[in-house]
Amino acid sequence: MSQKLDYLRETASQTAGPYVHIGLAPLATGIEIFDHDLGLDIAGPNAKGERIRVEGRIIDGMDTPLRDALIEVWQANAAGIYAHPEHEGEVEEGFRGWGRSVTDFQSGEWRFDTVKPGAVMGRHGRPMAPHLNLWIVARGINIGLHTRMYFGDEDAANADDPVLNLIEWEGRRKTLVAPREVRDGMPVYRFDIRLQGEGETVFFDV
Amino acid sequence: MAKLGEFYQRDRSLHPPALTPVYKTSVARSPRFSLISLENSASETTGPTFGQGDIAPGDNDLLTNYAADGETAIGERILLHGRVLDENRRPVPNTLVEIWQANAGGRYRHVKDTYFAALDPNFGGCGRTLTDENGYYCFRSIKPGAYPFRNYVNSWRPAHIHMSVFGSGFVQRLITQLYFEGDPLIPHCPIIATLPDKSAVEQLTAALDLNATIPLDTIAWKFDVVLRGRRSTMFENRMEGN
Repeated sequence: MSQKLDYLRETASQTAGPYVHIGLAPLATGIEIFDHDLGLDIAGPNAKGERIRVEGRIIDGMDTPLRDALIEVWQANAAGIYAHPEHEGEVEEGFRGWGRSVTDFQSGEWRFDTVKPGAVMGRHGRPMAPHLNLWIVARGINIGLHTRMYFGDEDAANADDPVLNLIEWEGRRKTLVAPREVRDGMPVYRFDIRLQGEGETVFFDV
Repeated sequence: MAKLGEFYQRDRSLHPPALTPVYKTSVARSPRFSLISLENSASETTGPTFGQGDIAPGDNDLLTNYAADGETAIGERILLHGRVLDENRRPVPNTLVEIWQANAGGRYRHVKDTYFAALDPNFGGCGRTLTDENGYYCFRSIKPGAYPFRNYVNSWRPAHIHMSVFGSGFVQRLITQLYFEGDPLIPHCPIIATLPDKSAVEQLTAALDLNATIPLDTIAWKFDVVLRGRRSTMFENRMEGN
């Protein structure tokens, strides 16, 4: 026998359910209560760097897109600095680095308009390739899924990225890399997330 | 380089696993490969911050935030309050707490909810607030009703309120549901049955709090939330952080 450690235990997760919009994106289901929904403007007007669009679907194990999911993004600015008081460096006024999107009720498409992040310094002074941190919740997902999106036009940085290189199966690394295209002058990165089965996206325990 | 402490590893034996066939929707929506474990970098130790400019006074009052002037929602008037703490028992101040719920009859104000129970014209069902410097939060609402859902033919959700909490790092992000002490539907719910540990269910069950009840006005329920703790400083080669 020994003394008991006096740490508390983390509150357990439960699914966000099919009506997650009511609380986190009320305008998406037609509820006008708040002045504004949170998470619609990630970068603000003053952010430096390239303006980009990121879009995709979240696809289940039966090859069907989720039409009731919510996805959040956390990213650095173009200089690789997070909008957090204890991360070294300053971000532009109005740059939040955080956003929230819901999948369309018909098509299942989600998207973010933001700026492309810069490389962030990782552990042991090893830079990480530019990436978005993504978190997905939905009906049927018992605990939020963490993943990362890397950029398809950053081959050299991606090849050296310490996180991608942790993934033992090289063939799975490409599930985290979004190809770049240009549409109406706007760079667009297409990132489909596969929850299960062939081409299953890598998810992290972070 | 971030100087923020790393988070304690999440104890996944407390949380529901991804695949829980008792809750049918999880079957096709759960990854089959293992999660890849990552040590924390700045991408994990940092997270969004929120301030008073993000919310308005009254956003945490579901009795009136959707009601016509002079009206309030119909149902059992409740005060839902508690603290957001971390595993080190430290309060988590200035963090965003968001809730959503059905009305007193178990009907959600959502285009996809087709349950027969009527909508309440004075009830929207969402609220948000920031914790104060002691990690304290408070909402006023009505107690939600139970409602049926398509899992088994006769599956009913216990009365519950969904809650979303941020913490200070993005990997503390948590969405959960709180239940009400004494609800006989709790042991029958397939979603609660996804929890592998009975003590985790207790931790999700709000307690009747007569001390905070407002006599002749509102019944109080207390619900504390615990987020992951972090080491106080990050020295990568010196792990005795605390």
